This record gives sequence, structure tokens and C-alpha cells, in this order.
Amino acid sequence: MTQQISTMTATETVIQAENVNIYYGSNLAVRNVFLDIPPRQITAFIGPSGCGKSTILRCFNRLNDLIEGFRLQGRITYHNHNLYAKDIDPVSVRRHIGMVFQKPNPFPKTIYDNVAYGPRVNNYEGNLDELVESSLRRAALWDEVKDKLGENGFSLSGGQQQRLSIARTIAVDPEVLLMDEPCSALDPIATLKIEELMKDLKEKYTIIIVTHNMQQAARVSDMTAFFNAEATAEQGGKVGYLVEFDETTKIFTQPSQEATQDYVSGRFG
Amino acid sequence: MIPAAQPQKSVDLGDLKIDHSSRRSLFTIAMTILASACMLLTLIPLIAVLTYVFLQGFRRFNLPLLTQLPPPPGLTEGGIANAILGTLIVVGIAAIISVPFGVLAAVFLAEFGKGNPLARWVRFATNVLSGVPSIVAGVFAYGLLVKTGLTGYSAIAGGVALSVLMLPTIIRTTDEALQIVPKEVRMASVGLGASNYQTILKIVLPAAVPSIITGVTLAIARAAGETAPLIFTALNSSFWPGGVLEPISSLSVLVYNFATVPYEPQKQLAWAGALILVLMVLMTSIAARLATRQKTY
Ligand SMILES: Nc1ncnc2c1ncn2[C@@H]1O[C@H](COP(=O)(O)OP(=O)(O)OP(=O)(O)O)[C@@H](O)[C@H]1O
Ligand SMILES: [Mg+2]
Repeated sequence: MTQQISTMTATETVIQAENVNIYYGSNLAVRNVFLDIPPRQITAFIGPSGCGKSTILRCFNRLNDLIEGFRLQGRITYHNHNLYAKDIDPVSVRRHIGMVFQKPNPFPKTIYDNVAYGPRVNNYEGNLDELVESSLRRAALWDEVKDKLGENGFSLSGGQQQRLSIARTIAVDPEVLLMDEPCSALDPIATLKIEELMKDLKEKYTIIIVTHNMQQAARVSDMTAFFNAEATAEQGGKVGYLVEFDETTKIFTQPSQEATQDYVSGRFG
Repeated sequence: MIPAAQPQKSVDLGDLKIDHSSRRSLFTIAMTILASACMLLTLIPLIAVLTYVFLQGFRRFNLPLLTQLPPPPGLTEGGIANAILGTLIVVGIAAIISVPFGVLAAVFLAEFGKGNPLARWVRFATNVLSGVPSIVAGVFAYGLLVKTGLTGYSAIAGGVALSVLMLPTIIRTTDEALQIVPKEVRMASVGLGASNYQTILKIVLPAAVPSIITGVTLAIARAAGETAPLIFTALNSSFWPGGVLEPISSLSVLVYNFATVPYEPQKQLAWAGALILVLMVLMTSIAARLATRQKTY
């Protein structure tokens, strides 16, 4: 993979989705998605609940493989490698593309071991103590936990647990960071800290964030994708699709689609 | 845009007070009485058995009971140390066999068995096995190890018989414990670049350990009290355990044998043995409680 990366041009895209359809069992959840995720920028996914934002995000590091009945049509490439090609090892994909989840989900281990888990399974050879400290610092959690690294991750508050999950993910040093509503359990202060962190990280990392918070999308992201869901022919069926993908300023000031305009201004449905 | 204040509508709040004569209250009272009565009724046999065993067994409680061999028929003194040790050995053998097999089988069921027809059959077989009478497990071990001369009457044969009884409990509780571990936690682990096996061994199994320990202790508690499968596998012995390939004494078989002989000292030993058996089961249950005090999920 390294060879390929070095030959890339300036107009590269990190992740590209080409006409992606996603099925859970026989239900089409998302249809016809085309996306080009630019490197070292923050891309925001917005849209109403159930339109498939998490579903698409999980496809980018093959986490949907764990879900029964999941099926993908079309192509998703990472630096021009088809992520769903037969010879791709999903475990290595996830070492390059990390994920922070919607709900805080610490491992039933100590705070230290939570952060050290990723580096350990990746056979990290540097100084683990330093890595744990720097990861916790970057997730704005260090000061609150530095005296109790040996306590169980569950002993933290919900917001602290979420920052622990973020620290855990950046400890593996992935190139792409997928964040599924990372701030939905956080207070405004912690939210701002995470947003600061994201702005720091984007010098090195490519970040995709799902958010229901319009201000947040406007504040942090460079690009924004707006998804929507429409009823299908079947009874009660809903399928998500990409409405518009453009620079954040454009999406929030003069979107080309009326639905986008309605959604970002809160006049939806 | 604050709406203009409206005249307060008067609300009748009389129904907030408890009315003991209402149909709902009477029904509540009646059901409470009924449920309490049933609870007491079920407690009576439990308490009666425990107190009776305790009173009978306690008279014979002394140090030699725990350190000496049973006396020959007609003599007094002595103890049941060989049977205590024997029970520990036989149950230990059973646990050594059934815990690894049971836990790994449950890992297969919970982690790889989704939509796998083999897993459905294994689950079905486990449920059937848990309903099998204990004497059938004894017959199985007898046919497999004793009759064929592989081990003869021995501690191992007894342990195998008990392990058959322990397996379903261990598989079922472990299976359930593994399934409780949330999907998100597995995804988080896999999302950090862990393989499936790393996820299971380092995250899912440790999270399930408290519940697995509960299952194992429940299984041990049940196995320790079994008599039928031991009578024709581990047999019995009046001497110290001589090795895993020798017949071995156990508390439950000792109680069964001594309770029916006409000698008073032996009868007393039987009561004492019953008491020790109850205490052992009680202690394993308490140990399980302590181990599972902090549930993870
Ligand atoms: N594990 C699953 N199995 C089956 N269907 C699923 C699964 N996860 C999601 N879906 C379906 O896919 C569609 C999109 O769900 P998804 O979770 O991606 O929405 P979302 O945009 O992230 O919503 P939210 O904003 O509420 O998180 C929904 O209709 C949902 O029912
Ligand atoms: Mg979601």
C-alpha cells in the first residue's frame, strides 16, 4: 500500500464511494452514494435520523462486516484500493481507518488499558506510558484521570467515557478518523474541546464526522454531505440517499437543493 | 410572546389520596397477602431441611471429623476426612474436564454460531442434556470407562460422570453471558484493529467472566451433591484416596451408605457428612456471589 500512496497526486481523494448501495438483509438502506473524501479536512455528514449516515460511515472501515445480512454493491476505495476486494484484510483496513462511536463504550478494563488496548493489539513498540498520556491529553481527558489510570473505565461519567473512546481511537494513530456523533453525550465545554481536538488533528488526519448539530457542522467542517431518506415502494420502507455534497459554507449559505436549504435552516418536514 | 395569564381552572385533587376501600386497593392487598403466603410456604421446607441437618450434624462436629478415617462398623470416633477429600477430587476432575470444553463450546455458539445449523443442534443437544437424569450420566461413564476396563471403578470415572452433568449449565450460562456483551464493544475492539480472536479473548471473555464463574459454581454445587452417578463409577472406599485410578470415597455416597446402616456412630457421621455437603454448597454459592458482585454489562 505504501508504494501507491507515494505516487499520489495533489488532487487525491482518501476515500471514494462510487455508486454504493447498502443492504441489510433484503432491505435497501442506502442507495446510489457517490462521495470523494478529501485528505486532511473535516467532512461532516448531516441528515435526519435513519437516513443511513452511520451505515455509510461503518462501510468505510468494514465494520459492517460484523452485521448479519449486510451487503454492499458498488465500490469504496481507500487510496485507490477497493476496500471490498477479496484480497483486502479488513483487520488492517481498520488499523488505517479508526472509528469513534455514537454511544460511549469503554472496555471493561482500567482507563490505562482501555487506551493501551489498540496499540497492544497492533504490537506497538514505543513507550506505552507516553502514548497513553499523550492520547489522553489530546482527548482533553488527562487532567481528569491522571490520578486514577488504574480505575475501571466504567467509573467515568458518560462524557468522560466518550473522551476515553476518542483517546483509545487516536492512540492507534489511524490516517482516517470516523466519528459517529462523538459529542452527543458531551456537555458544551467538552464538545468545544473535542472540536478543538478535531481541528488540531486535521493537520495530519482525515476526519469524517456525523452530527445532528448544525452549528457544529458549520463550525468544524470543511465539506458537508447532506443525506435524506425517502419512502420506498414497499410498505413502511425507507431508503437513504445523498442529496448534496459540497463545501460547508456553500451548503449552509446557498445550497443548490431546496431540501438542503430546508434542513440546515431547520424548516424540515 | 408569553400567553396572557388565564384564570386558574379549579381541579379536584381529592383522588390523590389513598382510598383503602377502592377495588384497586383491595386487589393490591389481597395479592400481597397471597404472594407472601406462597413465599412463606416455599421457605418452610427449605428452612426445615437446613435446621434439621444442622441440628443433627452439629452434634458430631469436631476436629477428628475433618482429619480421620471412618471407624470400622460398631466402633465410635473417627471422621469422614477421606470422603471430604474424595468429593473435592472428583468434583475437581469434573471441573477440569467440563470448564474448558463448556466455555469453548459456548464461545463457538455465541461468536461463530450465528445462522449456523450446527450451532442450533449443539444448543438443542445442550438443552436435552440438561434434562437428562443424573443416573443416566452415571450409566454413560460406567459404560464408557468402567465396563470397558479403561479406568475401572475410579475417581476419573466419577469425574467424567459429573462433568456430563456440569456441561449444560456451563455452556448455557457462558453462552448467555457472551451474548450480553454489547455489539458496540465488539465493534470498538475490531475497529481498533483487533482480530476476531483477540476481541473474544481480550474483551468479550473477560467481560463475561463474572457470569461464567456463577455458572461454573452453580454446576459445581449441583455436581457435589450427586450420588447416583457416583455409586457405580467412583464406587466407594474406606481409606484415603489412593490416586485417580482407584475407587474413591465421596460425601454423598458416604451419606447414602451410612444413613442406612444400623450403627449409631455411622448414622451420626452421615448427618455430619450431610451438613458438610450443605456447607460446601453454601460456600461455593457465596463465593460465586462475591465474584459476580461487579457485573460488567
Ligand atoms: N444493524 C442493522 N441491521 C439492520 N438494519 C439496520 C442496522 N443498522 C441500521 N439499519 C437500518 O439502516 C437504516 C439507516 O440506519 P443508520 O443507523 O445508518 O441511520 P443514521 O442516519 O445513522 O441515524 P441516526 O442519526 O439516528 O444515528 C435504518 O433504516 C436502519 O433501520
Ligand atoms: Mg447513526
